Amino acid sequence: MTATETYKVGARSGVGVSSQRPDAVPKATGEFSFSSDLSSHNMLWGKTLRSPHPSARIRNIDYSEALAISGVHAILTASDVPGKNLFGLEHPDQPVLADDIVRYAGEPIALVAAEHPEIAADAISRIHVDFEVLNPLVDAESAVTADPIHPEGNVIRHLVIDYGDPTSSGDVTVEGTYEVGMQDQAFMGTESGMAVPSPDGSVDLYISTQWLHSDQNQIIEALNLPEDMVRLTLAGVGGAFGGREDVSMHVHLCMLALHTGRPVKMIYDRNESFLGHVHRHPAKIWYRHHANKDGLLVKVEGKIILDGGAYASTTSAVLANACCFSTGPYKVDNAQIEGWGVRTNNPPCGAMRGFGNVQTCFAIEAQMDKIASALDIDPVELRLKNALEPGDQIITGQKITGAAPVKEVISSLADHPMPEPAINDLLARPGGTGRTTDQKHVKRGVGFAVSIKNLMFAEGFDDSSEALCEVNDGSVAIHTACVEVGQGFVTLVHQIAEEVLGVSDITVIPADTSIGSAGSTSASRQTWMSGGAVLKACEAVVVNLIEQIAEEEGVKYENLDGALVSEDGTKTIPIAEALRGRSFQEKVVHRHAPTFPLDEKGQGNAHVSFAFAAHRAVVDVDQELGLVRVVEIATSQDVGRILNPIQAVGQIEGGITQGLGLAVLEELVMKNGVIQNANFTDYLLPTALDTPPIEIASLIEEPEPGAPFGAKGIGEPPTISSTPAVVAAIRDATGLDLRRVPVRPEDIALE
Amino acid sequence: MSKVTQDHLNVNGTKFTIDDSWLGESLLYTLREQLGLYGSKNACEQGECGSCSILLDKALVCACLVLTGSAIGRDIKTIESLAPEGSLSVIQQAFVDAGAIQCGFCTPGLLVTIEDFLDDNAEPTELEIREAISGNLCRCTGYGRIVEAVRIASKASTDTQGTADDGN
Repeated sequence: MTATETYKVGARSGVGVSSQRPDAVPKATGEFSFSSDLSSHNMLWGKTLRSPHPSARIRNIDYSEALAISGVHAILTASDVPGKNLFGLEHPDQPVLADDIVRYAGEPIALVAAEHPEIAADAISRIHVDFEVLNPLVDAESAVTADPIHPEGNVIRHLVIDYGDPTSSGDVTVEGTYEVGMQDQAFMGTESGMAVPSPDGSVDLYISTQWLHSDQNQIIEALNLPEDMVRLTLAGVGGAFGGREDVSMHVHLCMLALHTGRPVKMIYDRNESFLGHVHRHPAKIWYRHHANKDGLLVKVEGKIILDGGAYASTTSAVLANACCFSTGPYKVDNAQIEGWGVRTNNPPCGAMRGFGNVQTCFAIEAQMDKIASALDIDPVELRLKNALEPGDQIITGQKITGAAPVKEVISSLADHPMPEPAINDLLARPGGTGRTTDQKHVKRGVGFAVSIKNLMFAEGFDDSSEALCEVNDGSVAIHTACVEVGQGFVTLVHQIAEEVLGVSDITVIPADTSIGSAGSTSASRQTWMSGGAVLKACEAVVVNLIEQIAEEEGVKYENLDGALVSEDGTKTIPIAEALRGRSFQEKVVHRHAPTFPLDEKGQGNAHVSFAFAAHRAVVDVDQELGLVRVVEIATSQDVGRILNPIQAVGQIEGGITQGLGLAVLEELVMKNGVIQNANFTDYLLPTALDTPPIEIASLIEEPEPGAPFGAKGIGEPPTISSTPAVVAAIRDATGLDLRRVPVRPEDIALE
Repeated sequence: MSKVTQDHLNVNGTKFTIDDSWLGESLLYTLREQLGLYGSKNACEQGECGSCSILLDKALVCACLVLTGSAIGRDIKTIESLAPEGSLSVIQQAFVDAGAIQCGFCTPGLLVTIEDFLDDNAEPTELEIREAISGNLCRCTGYGRIVEAVRIASKASTDTQGTADDGN
């Protein structure tokens, strides 16, 4: 069965049905307002001067010529930052505007506000910076021992996982070194926003982001303003995928607005967007796997280096994920893992969908195929033999207490029918209508891969989300600071509120900082966290409703499936009916079960919950030119419970396509610290022709204890094992080793 | 100093008087920031992503690559003209029904492209659909629901056509 035949949006709401996105119609008509569509009377345009050098000392900045241009209203540099000239998602280590040193090509140096974006661009080109150009540090491995490029040193985090018996060994060992290139989130709506100053010296920022309160905390430090004087409201977000978790133009916009006393709007063009946000960490990974003759894993040894670029961002947490899950969704009693997250003069790297698991999964799955080949065991059977089961431990010593249908995920996918043989249509051939090959020279291959992903924040972070449920005479308004980036949280708010309260008149109040933090829209966490907060707030309304009726009528009611039933069973009132004519306001904070830091041996209950996925890719390869056409990707995924089938399918298809991109297309090509392809002409995203039909073999619904409705986050797993599945399929078609992603034509044709 | 010219832009059947300082802008910028027609999107502004797709004298183009001065007197159709206010065209409704919209940034450009495509090819195959929309990048959906929406729309158009013919 294809996903296509199964799902259609319906009018009915409540949990478990494909109810329609509340923003679908305005997005279809073009009326939906994105952060780039903001405008205001008397508005100025902001622009950023960025360093062309990955490492340099700033001797002098002369902006007199730029400031003299008619229509230019402000030029600001580091000395104009009112508070601390430092920000950072996990800790402040990055200048708002470079002071004496620039540490990556693209680092912001100066800001312009002008009447028109072209005037601003002209002014930028007339700011003269006298640089003393320095030799950049661009090799992550040598960064560990090289001279520090930052006062905090080059090693952002060094993590060791020492699990089981280090002297153990197996009947066979396989070894390999793997590399992952720098992928970009490449959300369609570039960074944009508008800051509006108030006469009292406060500022309102309308911005596309993933985490309003983290932004606010960083902005107030840099502006030296109290929290209530920097108010953030979410502006329409054109995708995120991790790339909006860090602050980009936020402080800059506020500085320009406060300085000029006028609203200031900024939109990064695509080139600047590539320079203005963090990327997926490039990785170098070495593994030695030990297995016994039956194919059971005995020990995994690994060394992982992540290039964090010039500033820390979330490198520390990405490294933790890479290491904690460095043995994949498999049971193994012994592991010796060492990881480094380092600073270099490359662009800063941080969050991207899959967050550390993507890098190691590519290497792990290649190793699993090598074991299968060394022992002449079917790759699927090898994975089934080693699959984690509920109650098993991962290599941090943490026991899996929730659902872990790894075997079901693998088996259901393996049982799914294979696609038809190649059809004789040029559009379906590697190279397409370019007629670069004929069908008899095309080789088909099949690859299989499995992944694990932790859900939500880890290592003791106090992770919470706040929700307000306001009921007024049968209509409901829900407020959270949860950021909608396209994933469909706004739909779930409607569904959850309707499920609990039976009311269909529901408004989602725009996310802003006037309510408590919802945490980030990342880590596959918002359905659990903010969905959980909304659920609790709605449930609190029902509890109060029951108390109110008990006081009025002296009858105790119980909530049974959306209806209030009197204790003696004689009276039943639907909740929606009981709410009529009443008002409630319930605000709750939701937290998941606590997590704990890792100890010096990398042991501890650092994670909340785990989700699993498997992918099977079929590819056709023209080996002479190194061209790959992905014919089909099939998947099974552990989802806990599906709250909205069509949105689940959308997450899965979109996530798999990003994994396909990393497998064969997407890489920011670096040359001595400078990105060579910061545009959509040369950074290749999968188009509709590059993307095959995606077959959903099975969505395993085993409710997760502790999760609202039992639903696991579903956004990240599709992106993780789809990449190794595609590469395994290319290996199958070509017989090549292929230790690096993306696989480039030269890696196939010239090998 | 800028001044109002004798020139007009014909957008969605409306004549807009323009300022001569706009002539050197990209048509995308003029549509969005001068005329307030923000439906056409600005994802790459180099003709690679299709998010600013419009029809210029019935030809599908990227508004970011058209100079406003060169669009004077020509017939410009944007996403805002796809359906009368308060209603949806067949393909817009199909996008909503098929779950083809996530962040929605690519949506207007895709809709203009598909509207144009279905005019020429009422019953496309899946590969023809994929080829037709391959100039429009989407980062959220993986295109599966979008292809499905085109299928729904092409079927709906054919059915409607059939009914209308029968009725006549």
